[in-house]
Amino acid sequence: MNDWLANFLGDPHALLVLVIAGFLPNEVWRMLGLWLGGGVDEGSEALIWVRAVATAILAGVIAQILVQPPGALASVPDWLRYGAVAAGFAVFMLTRRSIFAGVVSGEVAMVAGKWWLG
Amino acid sequence: MRSVVTTVLTLVLFATYLGIGALAHDSHFSLGWVLGSTVLVWAGPAQIILITTLGSGATVVQAAVAVAVSAIRLFPMVVSVLPLMRMPGTKRRHLVLAAHFIAVTLWVECYRLLPLVPRARRIAFTHGLGCGLLSVCLVATALGYGLAANLPALFAAAILMLTPLAFLLSTARNCRQLSDVLALVLGLALYPLVATLQTGVDILISGISAGTIAYGAHWWRARA
Repeated sequence: MNDWLANFLGDPHALLVLVIAGFLPNEVWRMLGLWLGGGVDEGSEALIWVRAVATAILAGVIAQILVQPPGALASVPDWLRYGAVAAGFAVFMLTRRSIFAGVVSGEVAMVAGKWWLG
Repeated sequence: MRSVVTTVLTLVLFATYLGIGALAHDSHFSLGWVLGSTVLVWAGPAQIILITTLGSGATVVQAAVAVAVSAIRLFPMVVSVLPLMRMPGTKRRHLVLAAHFIAVTLWVECYRLLPLVPRARRIAFTHGLGCGLLSVCLVATALGYGLAANLPALFAAAILMLTPLAFLLSTARNCRQLSDVLALVLGLALYPLVATLQTGVDILISGISAGTIAYGAHWWRARA
């Protein structure tokens, strides 16, 4: 039982890192919003910039997963990963922005391509 | 409860968290760690940034800065949605848990659903919706983690692929103006270039520059 628990939790140091690098820098913005809320205009210029930077950071993370894929995804050739994303995006646009249709098509394209390659 | 089941976004959220669980497994984090991150962080992008930066050898400070910058968007979300729940007698501490639940999905759903709920019951409704979505996501996280550990490489790769697909498309769908679209496109294009510099803060450099250029274009067009 103790082994199972130790295995489940893993390295205690990593859990501390989770709180310091994950929980606190994320939660601080929610609590600031709660405390300072009311005085900020949602359409203000500063918030447009913040949203653009946050969107670009997320785009960078998406690119990182595609360009330097982790674990099992690295077994899929580069062109197939990019092609699958392009296919998913094309279907998304064709179906009047259906996220569901786009994700399913991208997945099908990748699995079919990989299966065909053997 | 019905609201949890019927939102289409729940399906996307489920796919996202399957991907996060699988990503955490392949980046060598424990199951407890990734479930803890779902409860405590409760923001898909921040969790993915945390896992990919730490997993690729970034320091705690670098990861914390990247997460903090990505999470700034939660601030305007909380600011804009809480007035929907506030009543004359509402204290700030009553809203702490509701504020913690605010992330992209809940923010969008609050705008859609809260007007249908009597004002006095909106905080309770948000707690219910938040707990429901969180439970769904915990199941998805554990399932993704387990599947990545036990499935053949092809299916594990397919689950990892859910993350970039779901995030790319849901971000593309949320684009409201020129600056959002430009930020997404430039952010995708700049990262591979900046990554060749091997700075350790590639994501921050490409994100802040792409976002600022996108904002500059918006500003310039508004002037013209």
